[in-house]
Amino acid sequence: MKTILLVDDDPDQLEQLKFQVIRFGYHPVTACSQKEGELLLEEITPDLAIIDLMMENQDSGFILSYRIKQKFPQVPVIIITAVTAECGMKFSLETEDDKRWIKADKYIEKGIRPDQLHREINKLLKV
Amino acid sequence: MSILNVLVVDDEPGIRTGVTRVLRNFTVGFPFMDDDFSFRTLETGSGEEAIEILEREPVDIVLLDNKLPGIYGIEVLEYIRQQEYDIQVMMITSHASLDLAVKATNNGAYNFVPKPFTPQELKAAMESITKHLYLRRMTRKLNEQGKQVRFQFLSVLSHELKSPINAIEGYLKIMQEKQAGEAIEDYQGMISRSLERIKGMRGLIMDLLDLTRIESGKKKRNIIPVDITELARMAMHSMEPMAIQKSVKIHFTGDQPIYIHSDPSEMEIILNNLLSNAVKYNREGGEVFVSVEEKPQGITVDVKDTGIGMDDAEVGELFKEFVRIRNSKTKDITGSGLGLSIVKKLTDLNHGAIRVSSRPDQGSHFSVIFPRE
Repeated sequence: MKTILLVDDDPDQLEQLKFQVIRFGYHPVTACSQKEGELLLEEITPDLAIIDLMMENQDSGFILSYRIKQKFPQVPVIIITAVTAECGMKFSLETEDDKRWIKADKYIEKGIRPDQLHREINKLLKV
Repeated sequence: MSILNVLVVDDEPGIRTGVTRVLRNFTVGFPFMDDDFSFRTLETGSGEEAIEILEREPVDIVLLDNKLPGIYGIEVLEYIRQQEYDIQVMMITSHASLDLAVKATNNGAYNFVPKPFTPQELKAAMESITKHLYLRRMTRKLNEQGKQVRFQFLSVLSHELKSPINAIEGYLKIMQEKQAGEAIEDYQGMISRSLERIKGMRGLIMDLLDLTRIESGKKKRNIIPVDITELARMAMHSMEPMAIQKSVKIHFTGDQPIYIHSDPSEMEIILNNLLSNAVKYNREGGEVFVSVEEKPQGITVDVKDTGIGMDDAEVGELFKEFVRIRNSKTKDITGSGLGLSIVKKLTDLNHGAIRVSSRPDQGSHFSVIFPRE
């Protein structure tokens, strides 16, 4: 079974992600901060990671994503966030320029429908 | 020493050189200003040239004659107002009429100095206009900073208010689509969590009201002798139901009344916050020790728990607004992130001090110390 690392500082958002990931048939491992996420990476190698953007710091997700890519370049990372709704900032990973500074494979807004999330995960895991 | 640029606009060369000579060795200082001001003068004999100078040089003060060969002083004044330059204007004129005075004041002239004037009169007028300029600029700066702080507060606040809504919405969507099963029992956990988040949000709103009240300082404080031992005992009793739920035992030491002059509702907020934290961030079966004592350093309320504790970095962040210590141990505990910042504000307001020592997994010790009377 493939392991998915989930990191979110809101316990309920984390719980809901976990619930969905189990439903999709994956094994979730959870952390509630960038710091905890980094510690977990000492012990496990996930097949994919889904991380919230704003945790301890506003860019915690970017940093964690960067660390994951440093350690396991092959592990796909999804950054999930409500930042656009919160502050109007838009990020995307469409151009090469975006990809150079945001080290993630997919960037999605919170409130994504479970079936869409499922599709994105499967795409990145090449299932 | 700061230098203010003064533009003298007058068609009489004698006035211009006179002003320049008087201001050359003149400085203005006030006890409340960080800095003394001296003046550098620029001169011109016409309104048209005055506007040219204003367009190319930073000018702080304009001494402006009305009756000029081309356009009148009043028109220069209008121009300054339209451009919204941060400039104070003083009219110098020998032909002051009421009509002109009204028009000039409406256009933002700071004052009038009748011609001819003595060096002493000029200096007095410059002193007053400099003070005015300084205060205006200071106020503007403070307002801008205030706005910045408020904006940050609001953006964090909106995040804190939205998070529980998002969480509850997420659970409701799962329920709506019956993703976890057909029976209501399958959703028990989600329902409890939703209720917990609602409780947290209500707490946040209550804390915000407390904070607004403290910050605005509008509510009259009701200062009376307050028996702090009694208040601590009451806070303990009100916390008991929550303590029983968590099997936390609260011990109380303090048998005689100790009075301080304060607003009882402020003391209540302080004590309730400290005690509820000691219970909330405790472990199952833990203990809380509350004591109220008169010590050499002051009247001291100690609240000690055997809870999850914090490391030094976490303690450092503790009193900031909306800072909640987030780790796996605190993840299921709801809180507004405002409680301790309120405690700190109220303790300050009562000339008290607050000390924290804490060790991860061993517990935290909060002491609030108020001066003895």
